[in-house]
Amino acid sequence: MLLEVKDLHAGIEGKEILKGLNLQVKKGEVHAIMGPNGSGKSTLSKVLAGHPTYEVISGEVLFEGKNLLELEPDERAREGVFMAFQYPVEVPGVSNSQFLRLAYNQKMLHHGLEELDPLEFNDYLKEKAKIVDMDPQFFKRSVNEGFSGGEKKRNEILQMAVLEPKLAVLDETDSGLDIDALRIVAEGVNKLRSSENAIILVTHYQRLLNYIQPDFVHVLANGKIVKEGGKELALELEEKGYDWVKGAAV
Amino acid sequence: METSFTEQFRQFIEGEKSAGGRELREKAFAVFAALGFPTPNDEDWKYTNVAPLSREPWVVPPLMLSPSDFDRNEDRIAGFDFGRNGFTALNMAFACFSIHVIPKDMAFAEPIKLEYSAANRMMTSPHVVIIAEAGSKATIVESYHASSSGFTNAVTRVMVGDNANITHYRVQRNAPDAFNIGTTDVTLGAGSSYDSTNINLGGRLSRHDIDLKFTAEGGEAWVDGLYMLGGNQHHDTHSIIDHTVPNCNSHQTYKGVLNDNSRGVFNGKVFVRENAHGTDAQQSNKNLLLSNDARVDTKPQLEIFNDDVKCSHGATVGQLEEEQLFYLLTRGLPEVLAKNLLTYGFAEEVINKIGIESIKKELDVAVLNRLGRPIEL
Ligand SMILES: Nc1ncnc2c1ncn2[C@@H]1O[C@H](COP(=O)(O)OP(=O)(O)O)[C@@H](O)[C@H]1O
Ligand SMILES: [Mg+2]
Repeated sequence: MLLEVKDLHAGIEGKEILKGLNLQVKKGEVHAIMGPNGSGKSTLSKVLAGHPTYEVISGEVLFEGKNLLELEPDERAREGVFMAFQYPVEVPGVSNSQFLRLAYNQKMLHHGLEELDPLEFNDYLKEKAKIVDMDPQFFKRSVNEGFSGGEKKRNEILQMAVLEPKLAVLDETDSGLDIDALRIVAEGVNKLRSSENAIILVTHYQRLLNYIQPDFVHVLANGKIVKEGGKELALELEEKGYDWVKGAAV
Repeated sequence: METSFTEQFRQFIEGEKSAGGRELREKAFAVFAALGFPTPNDEDWKYTNVAPLSREPWVVPPLMLSPSDFDRNEDRIAGFDFGRNGFTALNMAFACFSIHVIPKDMAFAEPIKLEYSAANRMMTSPHVVIIAEAGSKATIVESYHASSSGFTNAVTRVMVGDNANITHYRVQRNAPDAFNIGTTDVTLGAGSSYDSTNINLGGRLSRHDIDLKFTAEGGEAWVDGLYMLGGNQHHDTHSIIDHTVPNCNSHQTYKGVLNDNSRGVFNGKVFVRENAHGTDAQQSNKNLLLSNDARVDTKPQLEIFNDDVKCSHGATVGQLEEEQLFYLLTRGLPEVLAKNLLTYGFAEEVINKIGIESIKKELDVAVLNRLGRPIEL
């Protein structure tokens, strides 16, 4: 098992948001977590990434059998957990390529592998950029600064491509994308999908799932998974709306 | 006032062969003796107590022949008002003059390099006059890199002639126990430009006074800087940008990064005089505090005596953004590295102005390695 979430209760500032969440993800799988606004999807993503303002009240999260919750956010990342942010952060004054090379080399260092110098990394980055059809002019620009919503989301997937995580949690990667950008981002994710990694797609809408076919769909409502099924569940949800599952128990 | 300098001055002045030089130095020393070193009672020195410097028995090296002969340059040297404070008077008394002229319409391909490093327990007093004649163009690189506890008390004057273009980099990277006092005095002629970047990373106590005046229409100036401090370092920048004539533009971006127990002071006055219509003056001072014990006192001051102007000014004091830090951590950067990178990002705007690759590289490294393990961009 790559990821095991067992009866997770978590919240923020004393308010419980996740109320007993269970999830099992194996290598090679794509899971979709769907749910209405405010159901706790971003909270789950942030807790997995280790955001300091979210508190875990009880429960367990195992990553490759090890306790993920006791690792710092950067340690989780180097172990192979990646989160694409719903709202990617701008980092003025730090160029995309500098940032990506530092991140990449930290991972290499952690695994005792060879670091890349700027020239080598530039070649590597150029190859990766093709996956999300990103113009190399974005390498020189400050991280996300002045990027459009769609460019920021593409940049998140570029980071995923560069870091090659074992587990990628993509939080609303489809939001704010027009149909062309959505297609490019989704195709990028499909290219990165492999038998060696797993992807959790966190989304409000079903439309992303037309492009990236999930193996499993989980419906989150009020901090709990209330329904689970295959990809056809997403279509059913689209048709019937979230009211259909709200309050229902698995 | 009897100081440790009195006897030294008596011996020092023996080495001055020019009558004019003797007269000027004696006058300057008398002014220093009367003023003494500034104290926190002086409004301009309120936050910078120079007692740790003034109580040291500094040794003055004997007057070697100044690189530039006094008699031939008397007019150029005499124009400086050394009476503004004890340091400028002391500088003039013990000055080691060097005069650089960039002839009319000439562009220097190589920068004018001014390098200073005061030896342990010694006081050095460089006094540089740079005259950029009409239509000329040059870059000045002024650097301070004392390796031990010395005291540099410098004056640098830059006279930018009509339609001349001067780029000036001043980099102070002294050892952490050195003292550095400096005054930069700039005048701009018609249609000229002066672009300066002032970096202060070193020294136990450093103070930089910049005095810039537009003397004819159409001038444009950038007076930017970065101070980056840690330990018990103290840095103070006092700048005056004086719009005395119409249609000149000034831009000022100063950034401060303060760690540990360090202390920074920024005081930036911009005057827009009565007839200086068409002035565009922008000023900002942003500070990043990396520790709870660091402190900065910032005072941007805009004094406008005229309606037809475009001016803005502001100052901020903040900390690293939590969300930015988290973002970098989630990409696998260890905390120290992430903080260094964010700090670099904060300072980058000023560092990136530097057009000389070797200096820029050196600063990249210095800023990125501020905390912990070295990284390279
Ligand atoms: N930083 C925060 N402070 C207070 N409440 C929060 C914070 N973040 C999220 N919440 C609350 O937690 C609940 C779940 O939010 P979130 O996980 O962002 O939902 P989703 O991503 O599914 O829309 C909501 O009620 C939201 O208002
Ligand atoms: Mg959300």
